[in-house]
Amino acid sequence: MRYVLRRAGFFLLTLWAAVTLNFFLPRLMPGNPAVAMMAKFHGKINGQALTALETLFGVNTKESLPAQYVDYLHDLVTGNWGTSLTFFPSPVSEVIRTGIFWTLGLVGVTTILAFILGTWVGAIAAWRRGSLIDSIAPPLLVITSAIPYFWVGMMFILIFGLKLQWLPWSGGSSITDTPALTLSYIGDVLQHAILPSLALLITTIGGWTLTMRNNMVTTLAEDYVRMARAKGLKSSRIMIDYAARNAVLPNLTGFAMSLGFVVGGAILIEYVFNYPGVGYMLLQAVQNEDYPLMQALFLLITIAVLVAILLADIATAIFDPRTRSAR
Amino acid sequence: MLEVSGLSVEYAGRKGPVHAVDDVSFSVGRGEFLAVVGESGCGKSTLLFAIARLLAPPARITGGSVTFEGHNLVTMTDKQLANIRWQNLSVVMQSAMNALNPVKSIGAQFADALAAHGMRSKKLIRSRSAEVLELVGIDKAHLKSYPHQLSGGMRQRAMIAMALLFTPDLVIMDEPTSALDVVAQRSLMTQIKELQARLGFAIIFVTHDMSLVSHFSDRLMVMYAGQIAELGTTRNIFDNPLHPYSRGLLEAFPGIRGPKAQLTGIPGSPPDLSVIHHACRFSPRCPVKLDSCMTTIPALVPVEDTQVRCLLNGADAENHGAHAENHVRLPRTTGRLPGTRRSWR
Amino acid sequence: MNSVLRTLKSNPITRSGKATAGAIILLVFIILALFPGLFARKSPTAEIYTRNLPASAQHLFGTTGLGQDVFAQAVYGTRDVLEIALGAGLASTLIAALIGVTAAYLGGWIENVLNLFTDIVLVIPLFPLLIVISAYMHNSSNGVMIAVLTFTGWSYTARQLRSQALSLKNRDFLAAAKVRGERAWYVIVVEILPTMSSLLVAAFLTNGLYDVLFASSLQFIGLGDPNSTAWGTMLYWAENNEALQAGYYLQAIVPGAAIALLGAAFALLNYAFDEIGNPALRRVPVTRRRVSFRIASRRLSRA
Repeated sequence: MRYVLRRAGFFLLTLWAAVTLNFFLPRLMPGNPAVAMMAKFHGKINGQALTALETLFGVNTKESLPAQYVDYLHDLVTGNWGTSLTFFPSPVSEVIRTGIFWTLGLVGVTTILAFILGTWVGAIAAWRRGSLIDSIAPPLLVITSAIPYFWVGMMFILIFGLKLQWLPWSGGSSITDTPALTLSYIGDVLQHAILPSLALLITTIGGWTLTMRNNMVTTLAEDYVRMARAKGLKSSRIMIDYAARNAVLPNLTGFAMSLGFVVGGAILIEYVFNYPGVGYMLLQAVQNEDYPLMQALFLLITIAVLVAILLADIATAIFDPRTRSAR
Repeated sequence: MLEVSGLSVEYAGRKGPVHAVDDVSFSVGRGEFLAVVGESGCGKSTLLFAIARLLAPPARITGGSVTFEGHNLVTMTDKQLANIRWQNLSVVMQSAMNALNPVKSIGAQFADALAAHGMRSKKLIRSRSAEVLELVGIDKAHLKSYPHQLSGGMRQRAMIAMALLFTPDLVIMDEPTSALDVVAQRSLMTQIKELQARLGFAIIFVTHDMSLVSHFSDRLMVMYAGQIAELGTTRNIFDNPLHPYSRGLLEAFPGIRGPKAQLTGIPGSPPDLSVIHHACRFSPRCPVKLDSCMTTIPALVPVEDTQVRCLLNGADAENHGAHAENHVRLPRTTGRLPGTRRSWR
Repeated sequence: MNSVLRTLKSNPITRSGKATAGAIILLVFIILALFPGLFARKSPTAEIYTRNLPASAQHLFGTTGLGQDVFAQAVYGTRDVLEIALGAGLASTLIAALIGVTAAYLGGWIENVLNLFTDIVLVIPLFPLLIVISAYMHNSSNGVMIAVLTFTGWSYTARQLRSQALSLKNRDFLAAAKVRGERAWYVIVVEILPTMSSLLVAAFLTNGLYDVLFASSLQFIGLGDPNSTAWGTMLYWAENNEALQAGYYLQAIVPGAAIALLGAAFALLNYAFDEIGNPALRRVPVTRRRVSFRIASRRLSRA
């Protein structure tokens, strides 16, 4: 229990750090780019929306820095995140809302799939040392983990989209379709999700498979695995209950750290496939110098990662009884 | 009950195979306590795991047979072995902290073994688990505990309890007391001996500490460099060690009573087992070696009730130039085994 | 000379096939970076050729949408990429070493503060941060890229090095140095770091790999120097040119393959280092399942 509390405390601390970083970032940049951007809004918005932006970027405001900070926090919590340039005059919060489900669907599902699949393949590769899987998988995965995400995406587009024309390779759904809970729409969405999902899967699975295999190899040499054999337990039971359960624990903590890369990969994949998620939005914002949207998305992505890490920590507490009794 | 014949084990090493166990033969009867002693690296643990068919690559059995209650364990598949495992033959390992699964409770690990051999009823599993814990003096509430929540001694006893779940005929123990302090060691040994008297199982007990087993074992097997150096009843070996290595081991332990004697160790170190030796493996360190010791591989020969692998003994002794004076006898000061009290046996 | 050959033949790198492959690839790229003129006769930036040509004897990989020779670009681009990868890799490894080892050695509140700082930086997602910072900084030369990558990339390595240093902390040779009266920085730089050399090399390789990927990704989305011929930038222009849709495949395939190859070189070397450090991971010869008393035939253990 102490462990979970400690991790929750860390979560809050890092959350505060991210929020504060978000606050200082535009103020620290050389050349004060925010000023130029604000000029674009000149005359187009006023009142609450304008003040929100001024607070966010520290432009044209007569308040002191600490006062700005407090205002900024207040705006953050109340959902007043400014107005987007790219999608003018929609407020940032609305813009994000449209994109977030696409990303959660694509990235969320694919990441969980990659983790489970990778861990499973890694466990099997280690269990059957010297077999075909073990000789092919590790070197293959070493190489695939070195391929840039976006390039895999581009190759997929080339092969499956353009040449073979098997699957659509742009957008979240066909332009002609209207969003509804009909079977045809859902089918269309799934079709559009296959290529990006596969690309993301291939590039992220390598890390987990390799670490799981390496952990598993070390675990299999442990005495308690030998003991399990001595007890006459079934092979499958030994592999899962005694070996894999112990080997996966470092992977859970590693899950947290590798999330950073997953996010990076997701952004690029969305960009390459024009998938309308928050990653694509972030890059659009960058290209349009839409700083309000950019900052909000950065914060959002960071928070999502922090939450995922906290969940992984809780999972570790559940699966590893040693953490529960730690001081 | 157990008959090991000509067992040899090899490890695939960098420079070639390492002969960890070389042509070992011995037998264990029902209810017998056989101790296997030797220094680190002499192959005793490897021998143990070979008997239980628990070796993993790069170790391999390269010859011999292990006949347990009529079945040759060496040629059996894992499926066939599964029946014998734990029900007739169980294992206790050195460090319970390493031998117990850290993420499962003690009770769950007991249940695993019980369920694997057909016990389905949860009630039955619980009651049997509680029963064996009681045997070793642990409160059954600890079935819910995890290994890291128990003390070292308790963990070790829990392991022994687990080994007795099916009251097997043979329990193999690999240095179960090495990780404990002296007091805990003693109490654990006494408990093991009591359990043996109660339940009647045989024990093969591997240790590097000769004095520990002196009190408890029926027979003693001294191993050196993968081979049997001497095999006989404990009393005989302690009273009259025939192999110079056994003598050296005994002289390294001080007696509690008796005149002060100079402690002597055995100089040198064990031989490289990746090389095939065409001589007595102990000869480089032997204080009483003959010339032929360095050119002849001594065979294991019976001398009265004991078997010994040394050219100084046996029928051919004279041929190799052994004379009466080569036999240095341990000074029989008290007629007692070292470290024992007057009321032994 | 003989002893040099012997070292070359029998050291752990050459013994592992993976490491040899990785080392050779890296070496080829280094040579390309150092002497690009030897391999590419044409200028990489001159927009004088016919646009969008396919592969031919004159243009090994065709030309770009602006009329530049793709092969020349790829060769000259090696220099940019290696500069960034090696520069940022080195810098972040050094910073990570200093922070991680100092935290481990000095202990106490310094360690707690440094640890917390490292963990926080670690957890904040790198790529979005990189994007945001690069977006603000309109200057995007190699130096800036290196600085940004270093600033965000040291934390993971710092953690690794810290745990290694922690395990070394109580060794005798460090106590001896302390008794001699050496100051903390001396002990860290002269005593501890050299002992961790293999881990430092592995960390450098990991950082190198990720720097290649991150830098190329940033360039791809347009945050790099658009006038350079780094591979990521080549892909940026290819995407702008809608090369894939139009059928000019080489413009997209070549730079991507180059990135993948260099990345693979780093990754292979890293994997081999892993195996060297942990013998349990080495390749195990297959033995037959049925027990037979003939020596089972073994596959030669190709590592």
